[in-house]
Amino acid sequence: MGKPTDLVQGTLDLLILKTVALQPMHGWGIAQRIKQISKDVLQVNQGALYPALHRLEQQGWIQAKWGESENNRRARYYSLTRDGARYLRQQQAQWNRLAGAIDLVLEAT
Amino acid sequence: MRWYYKLPLRFHSLFCKAKADQELNDEMQFHLQSQIDEYVAQGLDPVEARHAALRSLGGLEQVKEQCRDMRHVNFIEDFLQDLRFGFRMLRRSPGFSILAIFCLALGIGANAAVFSWIEGILLRPFPAVAHQDRLVAVAGTKPNGEKGNGEPENTVLSWPDWLDFQRNCTLFDSFIANPPMGTTLSIGERAEWVSGSVVSANYFDALGVRPFLGRGFEPSENSGRNAHPVAVISYWIWKQRYGGDPQIIGKTQLLNGVPHTIIGVAPPGFYGTFVGWPIQFWVPASMQETFIAGGYKLEDRGALWVESFARLKPGVTIEQAQAEISAVAKRLEGDYLATNRGRGVKLFPLWKTPFNQAGNMFPTLRIALAVVFFVLLIACANVGNLLLVRAFARQHEMIVRLSVGARRGRVLRQLFTEGLILSTFAAIGGVLLAYWCRNLLVLFFPASGSTVRLLRGELDWRVLAFSIAVCLISTLLFALFPAIQTSKIDLAGALKSESGTVFGGRAKSRLRAALVLIQVSLSFILLVGALLLVKSMQRIRTADPGFSTQNVLTTGVDLISAGYDKPRARNFQNALLERVQSIPGVDSAAFARVRPFSYSNYSSAPIAVDGYEPAPNELPTVEYNQVSPGYFATLGIPILSGRDFTRADDETAPRAAVVNEKMVTQYWHGEDPVGKRLQVKGQWLQVVGVAKMAKYESFGEAPKPFFYVPLQQDFAMRPSLNVRTSRDPVTIAAALTREVHALDANLAPFEVITMRESIDFTALSSQQVAVALLSIFGGLALLLAAVGLYAVMSYAVSQSTRELGLRMALGAMPLDLLRLVMSHGLGLTAAGLILGAAAALALTRLMGKLLYSTSSYDPGAFVLAFVVMTIVSVAACFLPAWRAAQIDPSRALRD
Repeated sequence: MGKPTDLVQGTLDLLILKTVALQPMHGWGIAQRIKQISKDVLQVNQGALYPALHRLEQQGWIQAKWGESENNRRARYYSLTRDGARYLRQQQAQWNRLAGAIDLVLEAT
Repeated sequence: MRWYYKLPLRFHSLFCKAKADQELNDEMQFHLQSQIDEYVAQGLDPVEARHAALRSLGGLEQVKEQCRDMRHVNFIEDFLQDLRFGFRMLRRSPGFSILAIFCLALGIGANAAVFSWIEGILLRPFPAVAHQDRLVAVAGTKPNGEKGNGEPENTVLSWPDWLDFQRNCTLFDSFIANPPMGTTLSIGERAEWVSGSVVSANYFDALGVRPFLGRGFEPSENSGRNAHPVAVISYWIWKQRYGGDPQIIGKTQLLNGVPHTIIGVAPPGFYGTFVGWPIQFWVPASMQETFIAGGYKLEDRGALWVESFARLKPGVTIEQAQAEISAVAKRLEGDYLATNRGRGVKLFPLWKTPFNQAGNMFPTLRIALAVVFFVLLIACANVGNLLLVRAFARQHEMIVRLSVGARRGRVLRQLFTEGLILSTFAAIGGVLLAYWCRNLLVLFFPASGSTVRLLRGELDWRVLAFSIAVCLISTLLFALFPAIQTSKIDLAGALKSESGTVFGGRAKSRLRAALVLIQVSLSFILLVGALLLVKSMQRIRTADPGFSTQNVLTTGVDLISAGYDKPRARNFQNALLERVQSIPGVDSAAFARVRPFSYSNYSSAPIAVDGYEPAPNELPTVEYNQVSPGYFATLGIPILSGRDFTRADDETAPRAAVVNEKMVTQYWHGEDPVGKRLQVKGQWLQVVGVAKMAKYESFGEAPKPFFYVPLQQDFAMRPSLNVRTSRDPVTIAAALTREVHALDANLAPFEVITMRESIDFTALSSQQVAVALLSIFGGLALLLAAVGLYAVMSYAVSQSTRELGLRMALGAMPLDLLRLVMSHGLGLTAAGLILGAAAALALTRLMGKLLYSTSSYDPGAFVLAFVVMTIVSVAACFLPAWRAAQIDPSRALRD
């Protein structure tokens, strides 16, 4: 396994939305979860994570609530809104189309 | 829709800024702590773990700032910062700020004032009346011109027709009838003229006006000849004349000699529905005969006296309503051919109402609006100019800002914010100005003892919205210039030295020159407009109405209100005439029911003439006046053929008429009609004389058929008394009052004024407003333009001191430099004048209706405006030019 891959531009939003879609989660948890699910391939740049969260919140895709973390600290939990769910479906479909298309091109001989 | 997520978030981040920041901080702390925990778990010691965690975040503060950016509140914070900075900049140069705010306040204030007049006089003239936007004026029309081929003339309606419209039209909520009238109100010792209105019984209900005390009228009070002597009085009268008597309801008051029961007091702020003066009392339609001359008219379809408004149902356009009411009018014409032939009905929006002052004020206020808009443009150009000068002075600041990485958009935003501060202050000043000016319009009208003028501005939210819009637009206009300037800054070039410019040759001065050009041409247009109006007013002052205006005094005695009956009134009038004629210095005196050029209406009646065959759709209707013998001599109207009336033409004699020249050509084909007969309202009159043409209501009117009948044969109890004398009004007034008192100690004549004053009162009023406004604003514009020209020239001189000094060192004489600068300035003026003249030729045409026998292309006005502008520009350029000529070359080159 080589160096952790940098995220493709614009995919961070998708990953965040997908992650919080599973269950409400705080920023730290989101980064960990992405890393864990992608088997350490995708490492979220922590400096980019929070601005992205705040932007998604401002756009209304996700909403934030304060809650208790696993080790009893106050943490800001993000969850998907209904608009966010719709947006996620769109983005996911688009991603699949794009990935499929790239696959087709790369498979061609 | 996601605004319901966003809005609270924005508010949260904007107004709970500290809390939002705290939360952001907490969030980041939680993240750090989690990261530190992990590093510690991996075996790092706590301090090192903390450093590593901070590193992995890549700068805590930067991340926070980025998060804040994402919240989009920086836009607003930047704005607040710009605002603070702008205030500091404006405080630092108070002279500039005050001048700019003053210029703009004048511009915005003038606009707000004129708009408030338009609002209060034309658009929403009736305070306290609901839904004025759906009100329309309902006017009758009748055929006009030879054989009825001209443009139909607007008249009023008959009561039966009005009732039929009310019954048959479905697109209207309600019709109200409200012809104005007046009477002498005597309460206690004091008697004074008050305006009233005969109204349909639904008046207050339909307008949505609830009486302050008592009740409005009931439907039954619409009918029955003089059957319901009841009155609603205005709040003002109740307070002023009855001392706010709480027991007023049920008391009686003598009005036109008839005791009326006061049944209601109108609410404060309700002035009736007449544009021009406030209505002080209202009586129901059944009392028509008591208050409106010409007999009982409620069952007479031929008698036109009803002025009416109607409220359209919501959503109905005036065109739809017009189509419906025209169809009803057509049916009525078919059913009542004898009275309604050729008659139609026309709906007008309130601001074009033909039977009150709105129609007069509309063209004036429209022009006033155009004028103040020009003034605003000039003010903006001036402030733009001032800002440009400052932009040059601040170029260094801008260059530094741009060099250290400010985006141009950000710099522009700062400039606009500064502009906005200026115009906000100016708008506040302007609205205050408008507030003080809202009732000033009345000042332009000559005061008259008999009527209180009511022409008020209305400062409602629409005016405020309009002012804010004007403020924003002007900000865009004047802040645009320095913005253009800034966006053109070339950083590399700007680092080079600025000295050594060529006089008038810089691209940067072109913008300022263009501004001056605009100012000069706009003020030229205003000047031409003002001069045209002044000329037109002079023409009116010296115009010949066809009767003497010099040496004729006019007044009147109200015998109706004094409770006289007809025989007593006859005796009184005859006796008074004899007494007045014997006053030393009086040449002659005569009564006339209607004084020419007054606001009272002449009688009008259908006529028939032997040998004249009217066109199928024509119902010849002619206006006439009731006059006593000696009227023609008193007013100086020559009798061309036949004779004047005499004392012998009384109620027992055959009925007589004197016709005017236009009647002779129109109905007798130019043959002398003396001895022929004329049918009026079914009665035959003997034509005894032909009078020379005169103007009857206004200078602008076309020559119209008109005739006179003896007052003795068509009696009126409140005629005007006209006196020909060469002595001054004051002495005659005293003598006159004495004679009236000698006959009846309780009577007093109306104010004695000259015929000229009486005419000026009606003929000049709207002209005077226009002249005053155009003169004030034209002068203002001229001043602003001169200041602009002066500023541009002196700036140009100060910027090229070096070059001018060089020229001098190389042998140019001071006179050459003077000429150089002067020619530059005058070149600008000349270009502006040419532009202005071209625009003025196109624009003054719009004044057409206001100008009396003055062409809108009048060369005199144009030449005079040219001369004035040239003199002003020479004066404005001379000082800078003289300064240029004084430059000391050795000093200029050394600096």
